Amino acid sequence: MTSLPNTPPEKRLGLVIDLDACVGCHACAVACKEWNTGGIVAPLSDKNPYQAEQTGAWLNRIHGFEAAAGEGEIGRTAYFPKSCLHCEDAPCVTVCPTGASYKRPEDGIVLVNEDACMGCGLCAWACPYGAREMDPLEGVMKKCTLCVDRIYNETLDPADREPACVAACPTSARHFGDLADPQSAVSKMVAARSGYDLMPEQACRPTNKYLPVRKKQLERMTEQLAAGDTTAEGFFSWLDRALSS
Amino acid sequence: MDLALNEPTGDTVKTTTCYMCACRCGIKVHLKDGTIRYIEGNKDHPVNKGKLCAKGSAGIMQQYSPARLNKPLRRVGERGSGEFKEIEWDEALDVATGWLARVRATDPRQLAFFTGRDQSQALTGWWAKQFGTPNYAAHGGFCSVNMAVAGIYTVGSSFWEFSEPDWDRTKFFMMLGVAEDHSSNPIKIGIGKLKQRGAKFVSVNPVRTGYSAVADQWVGIRPGRDGLFVLSLVHELLRTRKIDVDYLARYTNAPWLVIDAPGTEDDGLFARNPLGYPLVFDLESEAIVSSGKPVDRPALHGNFMLEDGRKVRPSFELLVRRYLDPCYAPETVAAEIGIDAPVIKSLAAEMAHAAFEQEVVLDIPWTDAWGRQHEQVVGRPVSVHAMRGISAHSNGFHTCRAIHLLQLLLGSIDVPGGYLHKPPYPKSLSSLPRPTGISEQVSRNMPLPGPHLGFPTWPEHLLVDEQGSPARLDRAFSWAAPLAAHGMMHAVITNAWARDPYPIDTLLMYMANMAWNSAMNTTDTIAMLTDKDVRTGEYKIPRIIYSDAFASEMVAYADLVLPDTTFLERWDCISLLDRPISDAHAPADAIRRPVLAPDRDVRPFQDVLLDLGARLGLEGMITGDGKSLYPGGYRDYITNHQRQPGVGSLAGWRGGEGTQRGKGKPNPDQIDRYIENGCFWREELPPSARYLRHANRDYLSYAKEMSFVGSTAPITMNLYSEELQRFRLAAQGHGNTVPPAAERGRIETYFDPLPFWYAPIEETYSRQDDYPLHAITQRPMAMYHSWGSQNAWLRQIHGQNALFMHHDTAAARGIADGDWVWIKSRHRRIKVPVQLVDGVNPHTVWTWNAIGKRSGAWNLAKDASEAKKGFLLNHLIDDLLPKESDRPAASNSDPVTGQAAWYDLRVEIEKAQPEEEAIPEPRFPDIPLYAGLVKPSNELRFGARFRSGH
Repeated sequence: MTSLPNTPPEKRLGLVIDLDACVGCHACAVACKEWNTGGIVAPLSDKNPYQAEQTGAWLNRIHGFEAAAGEGEIGRTAYFPKSCLHCEDAPCVTVCPTGASYKRPEDGIVLVNEDACMGCGLCAWACPYGAREMDPLEGVMKKCTLCVDRIYNETLDPADREPACVAACPTSARHFGDLADPQSAVSKMVAARSGYDLMPEQACRPTNKYLPVRKKQLERMTEQLAAGDTTAEGFFSWLDRALSS
Repeated sequence: MDLALNEPTGDTVKTTTCYMCACRCGIKVHLKDGTIRYIEGNKDHPVNKGKLCAKGSAGIMQQYSPARLNKPLRRVGERGSGEFKEIEWDEALDVATGWLARVRATDPRQLAFFTGRDQSQALTGWWAKQFGTPNYAAHGGFCSVNMAVAGIYTVGSSFWEFSEPDWDRTKFFMMLGVAEDHSSNPIKIGIGKLKQRGAKFVSVNPVRTGYSAVADQWVGIRPGRDGLFVLSLVHELLRTRKIDVDYLARYTNAPWLVIDAPGTEDDGLFARNPLGYPLVFDLESEAIVSSGKPVDRPALHGNFMLEDGRKVRPSFELLVRRYLDPCYAPETVAAEIGIDAPVIKSLAAEMAHAAFEQEVVLDIPWTDAWGRQHEQVVGRPVSVHAMRGISAHSNGFHTCRAIHLLQLLLGSIDVPGGYLHKPPYPKSLSSLPRPTGISEQVSRNMPLPGPHLGFPTWPEHLLVDEQGSPARLDRAFSWAAPLAAHGMMHAVITNAWARDPYPIDTLLMYMANMAWNSAMNTTDTIAMLTDKDVRTGEYKIPRIIYSDAFASEMVAYADLVLPDTTFLERWDCISLLDRPISDAHAPADAIRRPVLAPDRDVRPFQDVLLDLGARLGLEGMITGDGKSLYPGGYRDYITNHQRQPGVGSLAGWRGGEGTQRGKGKPNPDQIDRYIENGCFWREELPPSARYLRHANRDYLSYAKEMSFVGSTAPITMNLYSEELQRFRLAAQGHGNTVPPAAERGRIETYFDPLPFWYAPIEETYSRQDDYPLHAITQRPMAMYHSWGSQNAWLRQIHGQNALFMHHDTAAARGIADGDWVWIKSRHRRIKVPVQLVDGVNPHTVWTWNAIGKRSGAWNLAKDASEAKKGFLLNHLIDDLLPKESDRPAASNSDPVTGQAAWYDLRVEIEKAQPEEEAIPEPRFPDIPLYAGLVKPSNELRFGARFRSGH
């Protein structure tokens, strides 16, 4: 078994994902794959890339589903991007028999030390979110690193020091920051939009937050505009007044 | 843990322009030891502002695809067998030159040159013009030509390419029929802005995926009914008097007087003074006066008489009388369009509320085209974007005209919060070219005297002979499709095979997968490509040259294959002469540059075209002593070619010193300046030139200086289209150029000067009782066209498709999720798997386009999911309408513009029998591995060598 940090991390870096703006385009998923297949967890392997039963390691996946209309509701199509939520009480860490899984005390990021990983897959069983990825060729566990090799990378322009998924997201549905700091932009966003924990009953205390779909602006203009005369002559008499005013 | 947190991304970074779809986003390509490490969006770039879509990030896998062609190929087996031998470029170019030189010396029309997703049309079109064939176009005929033409003939610009919603200020945004791929990043960025501002977003679409999923309101319309829906909104705005009368009087032809003289040659035309200016009735002076000077209070209705006694009425009177008719009332149309009347009324009321109660007033002083000063710009913050669901129907031209008419009534064209033109648009119809290509303009070994494509405004501009027969192989600009401004690529193979209107010798195609997902009627298209004349044993289409970078299905049908490079291995220009990357307030253009050298024996098609041009001795491509004028290939051409003195491919850094833009001598260092600037040029307009540009003096002066327009005269927007009326009069027998008798009824019906709605033409033949369902397609956001399906990453996201069907529609037919079904159209039937959903109009079924692949194509394994489970709907779509007794079979197209009507499809669906195999039908023989290709490994560890310490 592996221990979590004794004291809560000073920073809690994570993502805030706006489900009201996610159009399911997969930009974040492919940007993640692209960055990380050449980064500190490289490669994110693909098995049967050009054959039947193609599969590969992806640290971020987008699930699309339909929510049927309930009583007094309208049905909707929803997209749900999912990656490691960097939990405070991360069961994937405590379950790890070799100490390969660990949570960084300085920023709360959960990582895997591949040299110590024996590919037993216990962490994937323990994670209630299904956010871990067994690399199909390498036989070690891969997971979201929050682009730790970007966010602190001094060779990058400061504006680029954010996870690849956040940089790519065309609708700006993804945000990165310190959720331990109530003054951070992401914390304010969570407060303003009632951001929530995914599956709080699992008691993992995830760092990442989701912003719910906004109340749809469906209120009809109940007060229909004054019924006009539908004769052309009625219209033209109005028109003469409109033009001369 | 000691982590390598400060690794540089790569050792080199190069900017260029993406080509994974048609958006042309700016990218930064990071290279490490000569291999691509990472592609990211360029934050400085006007199109994507640093964002990048799934396709863009997967550009790496496109670059290293095992489906890349390696070397020129010459067919050795039967056409379609896929049996080739590799040849050297010298031989390939000799063969091509031989074929083309003979055609040019005998009958240049016998070369048909059509390009698909070509982003170098300014070059390819010019090359075809210099060759002298009238038979050239790109893919616009099956993309959105009806919308492009509707826009140009109505407001002087068009959706997508030449306009955009004012994402920063709009308060009510309605998206009509936008499939997920158009246009990728700009629309997503815009929707993100609407979300942040809380503007209302309505999506009118039979399918509730993608953008529609995040809309505030999804309106699940029946396909092909958008025109009726929009005209019902128009009815509501007129009924409730919510229109911008001043805007209409000032900027549109609403006051222009229309001659009311049925049966005469002038009926329905504008009354004009001897100088040609349309006449209006001035309420102040109570006289008929010229519209050449501004008239503050023109009559918008009433009956007037010209000096010669002819009766006239303002065009707006005709408009009002038409759309106030109860046939457009929401209650009348609700059942047909599948939207409840209160919803239609509510949307009209919301639009009116945004336009007139929430107007945006900007304190921007500006001067109108008549020299009058204004202190403010008033905006009507209602905007619309429309695309595929409008364009792919045979009623799309009039539907798109209706959308623009709606915007004009609200006064929301080129105002803050509305629809904004993108420079070099708006343009007036009078300044645009007319098509070229009648037989008198085609001569052996001579260029055409003008451009192929243009905008006819009189019947005399058509490319027909005295009998009314078409001059072009595809029948574009004939009476079959008079305003076919982008050509009709979808008709080329059928017509060439049928030798009707005439036979051709050589078909040259580029980036167009016509033997698979780019054709309507794929099964028959494949048969036509391989059909032989029984007497001679020759192929009916004698020679086919094809250029593609990848092992597409179409390659198998070529006699000679010219392998292209990837987009990361070549020069390109995204030109203001073609389809630029301007945004509303800044003209812009861009280049693509090689970030890698090809590791194969392939050449950029644009270089090859210039090389062939020099070998053929084409004017403009050779020097006086017969040498190539552009020995440096396309890069050389981009820098040095001038379309007219001072105007070339790129607008930035022109002139000897590179200090001019728009016009100026070629600058030998121009491309270096582009590279220094991130591979694009952009020039922001001053605030005074940003709105109401059809009548904005500062803008029009700028546009003239830049050669965007020919004069600074204001551009009047056309609610009423006199141009269409001219064609209708010809159909009534007036004038010297009249349609053949068999075409007259069609022309008279469809050339209505005011937009109208008619059911998609296919529905005349596919009756509701037999084919009760609409069948449509869209491409997913993460995949574009067939070029994406070979991509190792993208095919893990979309590796197969299913037919999406509403639960209720399926239940009524005893169909369950996962069943295999037969889809039947009047043309053919196909067998496919089904997936049940709720988010679709119940009268509609749909699927992802171009995911299904032919077995063996694209160097995918023969049992790949794309071939074993994926399918194409295209087989069901007839490219021709049934023959009528009095006229030959017409193209399955919009009758005004020739736009392919592939969303008109009607089908019925029945469950497959239990004993039938769970595999899509029809099946085609496997495509073998093309010569020079190597079967890929089933393991990919891309990037492993980039890892620090490995």
